[in-house]
Amino acid sequence: MGFFLETLIGGLMAGMLYSLIALGFVLIYKASGVFNFAQGAMVLFAALAMARFAEWIPQWTGVQSPLLANLAAFVLAMLVMIVVAWSIEKLALSRLVNQEGVTLLMATLGITYFLDGLGQTLFGNDIYKIDVGMPKDPVIVAESLFQGGILVSKEDLYAALIAAALVILLALFFQKTATGRALRAVADDHQAAQSIGIPLSTIWIIVWSVAGFVALVAGIIWGSKLGVQFSLSLVALKALPVVILGGLTSVPGAIIGGLIIGVGEKLSEIYIGPMLGGGIEIWFAYVLALAFLLFRPQGLFGEKIIDRV
Amino acid sequence: MAEKKIGEVILDVKNISLSFGGVKALTDISFNVREHEIRAIIGPNGAGKSSMLNCINGVYQPQQGEITFRGQHFKHMNSRQVAEMGVARTFQNLALFKGMSVLDNIMTGRNLHMKSNLFLQALRWGPAEREETAQREKVERIIDFLEIQAYRKTPVGRLPYGLQKRVDLGRALAMEPQVLLLDEPMAGMNVEEKQDMCRFILDVNDEFGTTIVLIEHDMGVVMDISDRVVVLDYGKKIGDGAPDEVRQNEDVIRAYLGTSH
Repeated sequence: MGFFLETLIGGLMAGMLYSLIALGFVLIYKASGVFNFAQGAMVLFAALAMARFAEWIPQWTGVQSPLLANLAAFVLAMLVMIVVAWSIEKLALSRLVNQEGVTLLMATLGITYFLDGLGQTLFGNDIYKIDVGMPKDPVIVAESLFQGGILVSKEDLYAALIAAALVILLALFFQKTATGRALRAVADDHQAAQSIGIPLSTIWIIVWSVAGFVALVAGIIWGSKLGVQFSLSLVALKALPVVILGGLTSVPGAIIGGLIIGVGEKLSEIYIGPMLGGGIEIWFAYVLALAFLLFRPQGLFGEKIIDRV
Repeated sequence: MAEKKIGEVILDVKNISLSFGGVKALTDISFNVREHEIRAIIGPNGAGKSSMLNCINGVYQPQQGEITFRGQHFKHMNSRQVAEMGVARTFQNLALFKGMSVLDNIMTGRNLHMKSNLFLQALRWGPAEREETAQREKVERIIDFLEIQAYRKTPVGRLPYGLQKRVDLGRALAMEPQVLLLDEPMAGMNVEEKQDMCRFILDVNDEFGTTIVLIEHDMGVVMDISDRVVVLDYGKKIGDGAPDEVRQNEDVIRAYLGTSH
């Protein structure tokens, strides 16, 4: 029982990290109807910026405190992400108003490769580390209940808490503010939004900046876990099944989808793995996503698309 | 109809031509709209009515001609700029924000009237918060006016068609426009819904003094509520004047009833 719980908790926390990336996809999709293929590239770009600024700032200014350096690096990296958002709007999206979703998807595919390249040109292509002082040592809880207790990674625990806070913040932003309302309006209908005077370009810059912010947080957490390197942009691929499972239009869906996949991966690896010779963790998420595409294409929480004939 | 104070020319359209590739949608159209009047654009299907409205609204950019709004000349308009100048519109094929509630849809119409900028609103900073409340009051008045109180929180996508049309009008009204462009406000409605809509249009014109430009292909409705009518056929203007004049016009009768060859 103790072992089962340990696997479960490990899965939930890994899932929270998937959710964090999936959130970036859902945000942009909800707010602009674009499936942003570049989310993974943005995570890498943000993480690279963060890692290198944290390294450079002490050299430039002679600041010794790692906390200050990290904070300054965070602010700088966020500014860089806002510039990225602004450039994406000016160079690509503003020319694609009222175009089909597929056209916009292709544009983000282009942005992906561009960002991948630009990030490594500007910040280098080695493996860098981000150290924001997340505790690495695991803790053992519930020792009195189970023999040996349950092993919980503190790092994962913090990551999960940060992700949860982020989600609540974003939900409030979308549902309770006038800006959130304008964002939702633009997502529904560009033309109508323009006709009532909502400035499309400002809205898009805001959305991409928010997605940049989520990418930065995800990049820091993943980066401090795995190190910042090119493969970081591939974690986005892990988020695709999460988005399919949770529904592309639902913020809670991204969270719950992530949790289900995180838990499913770990449990199936442990309990079904031995029967199939292991390695389930690698493909479990994709098979689950495939099943969902067959039986419930809108995902768990997505809006069902009904066309009037 | 009661005595109305029709004012100066507010919108003047001169020699507008618009073509898509080889298809001429509009050829050399000129007409004007006076302040506080209800001006109709009618014509059979495919006559270019919606194209005309889209030129005024800045969705299409005409190749030739000029539009004058309140003394300012424009080669072509731009949607957002038009909205800022106080022109609102509704859409023929509803373009509401389907996932949002009726209230939120109409609130979006207040966007231009919100003074604090989008970034402050995002943080719900003090002044932005108070402003939201003030705007909400205005929106509630529109909801009362259109008699849709009961649907305030309903997602628009779930409402019947006639009510969606009303919400579309509500969102445009929330902009407190000087000129309201209505693209077939009564298309696809039953008789009762049409009567309701006519009543709302007349009330808006009466109470707020809003100038209204409306497109319809149902002659009956138009003749009853509008002050002056422009008739288009195959992208050309074939008649312009008071409803009674237009009704007598040979060309108009031919366009609507056809001729023997």
